[in-house]
This record gives sequence, C-alpha cells and structure tokens, in this order.
Amino acid sequence: MVKKKIFSSLILAFVLLLTYVPILILIIYSFTDSAFVGQWKGFSLALYLRLFSDREIMLIVKDTILLALAAASISTILGTVGAIGIYYSKKRTAKAMSAISNIPMINAEIITAVSLVLLFTMFFGGKSMFSLLSGHVVITIPFVVVSVIPKLKQMDDNLYEAALDLGATPLKALLTVVLPEIIPGIVSGFMLSVTLSLDDYIVTAFTKPNTFSTISTYVYESMNRPATSKLPELRALSAIIFFAILGVALLSAFRKNKQQGDSF
Amino acid sequence: MTENAEKIIEMINVTREYFDTVAVENMNLYIRKGEFVTLLGPSGCGKTTTLRMIAGFEMPTSGKIFLNGKDITHLPPYLRPVNTVFQRYALFPHMNVFDNIAYGLRQKRVAVTYRDEKGREFTRLEKLSHDEIAKKVEKALKMVELEGFERRAIHTLSGGQQQRVAIARAIVNEPQILLLDEPLGALDLKMRKEMQFELKQMHRKLGITFIYVTHDQEEALTMSDTVVVMNDGVIQQIGTPEDIYNQPKNVFVANFIGESNIFSGTMVGKLKVKFAGATFDCVDDFPKNEKVDVVVRPEDIILTEEGEGQLSGKVIDSIFKGIHYEMTVIAGKTEILVQSTQEWPVGSFVGIKVDPENIHIMKKEFYENKFDGYITKRNTVVFGDGEYECDVTQLYPGSTLDDDGYLVLEGGERIDLTDNDVKVTVGLKDIDLADGEEGGGAVGEIISCIYKGDHYQVIVRTRENEEDYVVDTDYLWNEGDIVSVSIDKSKIKMKLKEEAKGKK
Amino acid sequence: MKLRFSRSQLCIPYALFLALFVVLPLVIVFYFALTDKSGNFSLANFSRFFFDPALISTMIVSMAIGAAATIICLLLGYPVAYILARSGWHRKNVLLLLLVMPMWINFVLRINALKEFMQLIGILGKYNFLNTVLGMVYDFLPFMILPLYTTLIKIDKSLLEASADLGATPSTTFLSVTLPLSTPGILSGITMVFMPTMTVYVISDALGLGHVVILGKQIEHYFGSGDNWNMGSTIALVLLLVIFASTFLSNRFKDEESEEKGRALW
Repeated sequence: MVKKKIFSSLILAFVLLLTYVPILILIIYSFTDSAFVGQWKGFSLALYLRLFSDREIMLIVKDTILLALAAASISTILGTVGAIGIYYSKKRTAKAMSAISNIPMINAEIITAVSLVLLFTMFFGGKSMFSLLSGHVVITIPFVVVSVIPKLKQMDDNLYEAALDLGATPLKALLTVVLPEIIPGIVSGFMLSVTLSLDDYIVTAFTKPNTFSTISTYVYESMNRPATSKLPELRALSAIIFFAILGVALLSAFRKNKQQGDSF
Repeated sequence: MTENAEKIIEMINVTREYFDTVAVENMNLYIRKGEFVTLLGPSGCGKTTTLRMIAGFEMPTSGKIFLNGKDITHLPPYLRPVNTVFQRYALFPHMNVFDNIAYGLRQKRVAVTYRDEKGREFTRLEKLSHDEIAKKVEKALKMVELEGFERRAIHTLSGGQQQRVAIARAIVNEPQILLLDEPLGALDLKMRKEMQFELKQMHRKLGITFIYVTHDQEEALTMSDTVVVMNDGVIQQIGTPEDIYNQPKNVFVANFIGESNIFSGTMVGKLKVKFAGATFDCVDDFPKNEKVDVVVRPEDIILTEEGEGQLSGKVIDSIFKGIHYEMTVIAGKTEILVQSTQEWPVGSFVGIKVDPENIHIMKKEFYENKFDGYITKRNTVVFGDGEYECDVTQLYPGSTLDDDGYLVLEGGERIDLTDNDVKVTVGLKDIDLADGEEGGGAVGEIISCIYKGDHYQVIVRTRENEEDYVVDTDYLWNEGDIVSVSIDKSKIKMKLKEEAKGKK
Repeated sequence: MKLRFSRSQLCIPYALFLALFVVLPLVIVFYFALTDKSGNFSLANFSRFFFDPALISTMIVSMAIGAAATIICLLLGYPVAYILARSGWHRKNVLLLLLVMPMWINFVLRINALKEFMQLIGILGKYNFLNTVLGMVYDFLPFMILPLYTTLIKIDKSLLEASADLGATPSTTFLSVTLPLSTPGILSGITMVFMPTMTVYVISDALGLGHVVILGKQIEHYFGSGDNWNMGSTIALVLLLVIFASTFLSNRFKDEESEEKGRALW
C-alpha cells in the first residue's frame, strides 16, 4: 500500500515537472536580453519593451483575441439555441443531431480543416475572414452544445410548464425560466470556445486569408524560420500569457474556496 | 471463564471520531458465538460504523476489538474471518454470478500436508482446486435457491436475486461472523418479509454468528436473539426483543421501539404514580416524590364505559388501521394514543384503565431546567413564577443596551424587547437556594431531595403554578422546606421563541 | 396564418449550420477522395495509399509515434488519475488546476517552450523520433488523465471493500476489480490520444525538425506544396473512417458499461 503510494506520488511529481519546467525556463529567460535560451546576459526587461513596441506582434495579439471573442460569441448563441432545440426534439432527431454535432469534436482537426478548405474553394470563392471565422465556429460550437445540454437535463422539466401555466408565452418562458437555469453551462461553453479558438493552429492555418495571422500561426512560422524570427520577444509573450492564466486560476480558485468556506 | 469463551466479538471502550463528530462513543459490547444480534437505531446513530469497524473497513480512533479473544483492532479486512453483505450488494458488475461467488474462494490458501519420499512431513499453502470451488459455489447457490444462475450477468438479475447472490458470496467462505448492513433496505415490503424469514432460517442452518444492522424496529424484533439499540453513537439498551419492547430502559428506547405514550409523572406513594392528572398503581418501586417518565404502550390502554377506570376522557380521533383502531383520547390536557380492536366513536366519553404491570416507569434524567418566559419593561425575565435579572443582549449577537433600555442591534437598529417570549434554560448547578421567602426570585417548597453520590438533587415546586426547579446542590434540604430561588444573571440562557421554533 | 412556436424548432438554425459546415464538407472530401484531378471516378489514390512506399513508411512512423506516445501517456496518466480519484476535495482541486492550467497556454507557444528546453539540454535534433514522442506526451497527457479520472471516480467504493472483505489483498483488488472496471476510461483515453498523435504535425515539425513525417503532415503537403487535393482527401477519408470506427466501438463499450451500472442499481 505504502509502496504504491510512493510510486504514484513519484509519477505525479514527474508529470508536474515535465509540464512546468519548459515553461518556467522560458519565463526565466524572458528576463534577459539574449538571442537564445541558455544565454544569460543579466536581468533586463528589454524583451518586454521590444514586445510591446512591436506593431506586428501587437496587431496579431489583438486580432487573435478579437477572432476568439467573435467566434465564441457566434458559437455560444447558435450553440445554446441549438442545444435547447435538440433537448426538446424527438428522441431520434435529438440523437442524430447530437451525433453530427459531435463530429468536429472527435474528428482529427486536419480533416475538419481540409474539408472546410474544399467547401470554401468550391462554393465561397476561397479563403477569407469568413472562412476563418466559420472554421473557428465549427470547432468550438460542439463544446457549447455539450456544456449546455447537461444543464438542461439537470433542470426540473416542470419549470417550463409551470411558467406556461402561470400565463407566460413559450418564448417568454424560455427566456425567463429556462435561460437562467442554464446560464452556468452557457458561460462555461463560451469560456471553452474562447480558449479553443485562442489555442487553435491547424484549422486556422488552413482557412485563414494569407494576409492574416494569429499567435499560433505566427509562432509556428517563427519556429520553423528561427533565423529571421522574433523568438526572444515570444518568450516575453509566453511569460505574460502564463502569468495572466495563473492570475485567473488563482482568482477562481480563491473564489471557489471562499464559496466552499461560506457554505460551511 | 466459560462466559468469556463464548464471546466471539468483544469491543472495549471503542470510539470512532470523524473530524469533529463522534460516530461511536466509548462502546462496550460483546457478542456471543452463534447469536443473531441486531444493531438498531435511527440513521447516524453509529450502527453502521460499528459494523464497519468489525469488518475492518474502519479503524477505531481509540479502544480495542477482540475476535475470539484475539486483538483484531488493526487487522486489515482481508485477513479477518468475517464476511459482509453490503447495503447495495456491491456485486462486481464485470463478473457473472459464479465468479462473484467464487471470488472469495479464489483468494483462499489452505495448508495441505504432504509426506516426501523420506517420510518427512511438510505443509504447503495451496489454492482451492477448480472442482472444490465449483462444488462450494453450487452448494451456496442451492442455499439461496438460485441453482442454474451461474452464468448470468449481474445486471440481468432482479433486486431480490442480487440480494441472494450477495448472501451466497459471503456465506460460501464459511465466515465465523456474517455482517449484514441493512441488506433488505432496497427491497419492497413483500420481498423483505420473505427474505427476513429466509435469513432467519439460514442463521439456524449455518449456526454462525449474524450481526445485522437495521433502522427498522420491526425487522429487529422479529429476527434477532439480541437487539442492541443505539442512538448518538451510544448504546441505549441491550436485550432480547421481548425485553426491549416490554422493559424499555429509557424514553429513547420506548419511543423508538413501537409506539408509546410517554408521560411526565411523579411518584406519590409506595408503588403509586401520578400522571395525566390521576394516580395509578404500578409495579416499579421508586422513592416518593421522584420525578419519573411513564411509558404506556397504546395497546395496553383499555377503554371502558365512562366512569370506570382511573381516568376519563373523550375520543377526539379514530383511524382504522387494518387490525385495530388507533384512537386519540384527550383526558384533561393530556392526549393519549390508544390501540384497540373495539372502536369508540369520535366524541364519545370513555373511562381509561391501565393495568399496573403495563405501566413502565423510568427515572427522569435531568440535564437542565427549561422554562417558557417573557421579557419585562425593565429588561428582566419572568419564568417559573419568578422574576430574574438577565442579560438580554444574548438574544441578538453583537447587540448592546443603550441608556433608555433599548436594545441596539449590530446594524444600529433600536428595538424594544418588552413582552417578547423567550425559551429559558438554566443548568442544574446554576440555581442557588436560600431559606425563607426573601431570596429574590421564585418561592417554593422542597418536594424531593435525593442523594446522588456526591451531591443532592433537589426539586423545588412553586406554590402558584406548580413550576418545578431541579437543583444540584451540596446541601441537604428537608422535604417541605420553603425556599427562595436565585439565579446568577450570567447563568440564564435565553432564546427568542421565534428563533427556537425556526431551529426545530 | 401564424405558425405556432415549438421549442424543437429552435434546432433548425443549428441543423442548417451543421448541414452546411460539417456534413457537406465531409461529402466533398468523399467526392475528392474518389475522383482524380479531372473529376473522374477513380480508386487510384486508394491503391497508392496502400502501396506507395513513402506513404507506407509515413503510416508506420505515425502508428509507431502514436503507439509509443499512447503507451507512455497511459503509464504516466493512470497513477496520476488514481491519485486524483483518491484525493480529498481540497487536494484534488489543487492538483486538477495544476494539471489543466498549462493547457490554457497557446498550444504552439507551449510546443515552442518545449523546443527551447530541448535545445537547452541538447537533445533537439539528435533524437527526432523520441523528441516527437515526448512532445506528443507533453501535449496529450491530460487527454489520457481526464477520462481515466472520470471512470476511476465512478467506481463504487463498496466494491473495493467487498473485495477486501472476501480476502483479496490490495494488489489483488486493484488487478481484479479496479483495473477491469476502469477499462472504459482506458479505451477512451487511448482513442483520445492515439488519433491526434497521428495527425498533429505541428509537434513533429517543431521537435522532429521536419525529419519526422506523420499522416497529418502528408495531408498538409498534398493540400499545399504537393498540390494534389484528391490524394490529400483520400488520406483524410481513410483516417476519418478509422476514427469513426474506433469511436463507434468505444461508445458501444461505454454504453453497455453504463447500462450495466444503471441496471445494477435495481
């Protein structure tokens, strides 16, 4: 028993080390003005200054965020309405819809990417911002649906009927009774969509117009052409993203803890 | 010594705590070989924890558990010769019926003795052979009447069948003790009755010790040799079902086992007890003036024509319950529950008779004095026929009193407490008595003074409304003495009535 | 005439979206896979897929990387999931957060960090195949841990107690109860890791320095500089069929399992 525990703990420690060491090293070397990781030229914030004054990277960061917010908003609205529709459909329709809806989630991204490229070349005159945005909606929308449906299932079915019974129109009942019940699912679907969109490389690379870049495609190109790229500045960008995420994580953990504490 | 040899399980001073709650408190219990023992009590009383400690799933925080005189307190479950039938059966879903039942047998290693060529003996631990296992499984299945179910998947079985497989899986290992954790809880009533009977039969056939946990008193009474009634982690009474039912040791047991009328009474003479406004003959001998609890089973109350019996009352409710009528009779201010095969219509006046042997008297245990009271204009409190200084700020946490006698709440709101009803509790040791009528609060007569080993317990009854104060004191008082009661301001605990209700 | 509103009508816009952006594109993939460049029906691409030595070697490399990464993920992920499932509320939340948090960093930046780290310790470029496998493990380990964790946490604790009660030692209990009951999690973990490891070419490009070519890279090649969309579609179609088949199989297994559990309650 004890042996098993020690063994498991060692593996856990190894996994955490594997996960964090590369990022932490990158962060350490973001505080020195050197060309590559491993070369320490004294503490300096030069990389951060250069990052913030680099118009190209700043534009890409802004575009990436805007794209993620736009795609996530569309996915959340369309996906939530779709999830409600699926939930109240006949069993067979619901089953078929869910199965199709899950395809982009279980499919290899590259297949989704090439299928979209084929679609847009054949019917929409090639790649554009439209194809890019559609691509991001396609890969994020199933996650909204699977976040919302469980909340619908948890909901007391009589709520909607009670609202109708009390004189609300069906639409009014949906908005005033059903919607508030599933808000947590909608919010987590939106957050998940934003994360997935920010994270995506393959679908973006295939569906984006040539003049447009996201962080993912920019970093990928930088990695494969190290000589001309701004890899040192990207260390600073990685560090900022890590600290932002750490901040959000700590904040949410703190709030969760406090809620838990309050309930006692 | 012989009595010792009979004990298969003995628990000594066993306590089990979780964080800040005590599940089992200082338990002392022994179980004899071959007995059918039931641990009975409401949920959270510690009965399941006790069973799990015997099985080895939980370790006592302190205390010891012995099996056949051997300390097994810290022995892991897989080394104990006991087997459990789990509440929700816990059958392995990925194995069929045969593999479930054979599971324990496959873990077994038996010592087999061989003789080598030179005639030397040596023993080896061996697994049971396939044939042996198959034979034992077959026998166990026969015992639970599930022959032919070997290859069935668990999820194809009904609840009752799963229950039988769970029993077979446990008994096939020939345990010294079979532990059953509310095994019939998930079955419907008819099935439950059937299984009760079968379990009892099985106990007779196997001759091993059964320890059974249930919250169903009827189940406990019909099946067991010995019933252990538990509440709040403490054993309330151990006895045969007849004892438990007929001679409940305290109000909890009386209340939990069967239906009871529980009255507050006083001994008024040798074998005479007064309750519900009348005096009854009884068989339990208690000192005169002792405050007692009186338990009378509803079926032991006999209704007769008005004017007969010790008491008269009026039937205010009657429900037909199949084999009897359940009637509520009001006698003075007291409601009495009566079960009888003869119905007395609602509204009829009846005489009430109880035979002396059906009146069960138990000593009242006092922990604190409880009174209903109210706050006066002067921010004092009136209860128990007396007026006392008190601290009204305890009614609202964080409040203070201002110069005008208003209570200022934490938020700054000023309120007037006058005429607010409160529940008052005062500890037995927090009441002071003084000779004469000039002491301060209530004035009353000492009606009883009992020596309790290291102090006296005195009951003071006021003249006005016959309110009783129970007082623990170091001084001897004589019955009939007139005394005045005083209580220190800080010892009067009060709660607003509304709040007290809300908490219930 | 006014149409009456029904809640099920709300799925119409989503159905249209799915038809246009999910179903139709896959139909086009089918069409391209089964035609040649001039649009005539042809199975030539399929025969090429199974006989062209370059494609066969890509296939073998992909499977080898996928298998290696999946096995390592399983060996590392199982103990981690086990610890998580056995932890108390507080520790569990901290651990989950620690494990999931890096996933929120941009995937390519994360791979870049690993690449820089490999360069620093001097293994980049030396062991392209191993580095690629390590990168896959680095990225997909959480996809193994999560399904394992969810099945492990669902195992009824009383089953483990029953096993101990019947005389099984802790290790026997693990092998004969915990492990078999966690197979649905193992299977779904394997599909969630194995499939993407054959296609996510960002990792093999970055950490294998372009020397490691997996199926995903091959598709990208045909849709890019290779300029043979029909061949690219054929590879995509084969992969698609494999993914559907394995999902279908693991779903069936899972449904049976959960049905079994549901019935066991009766």
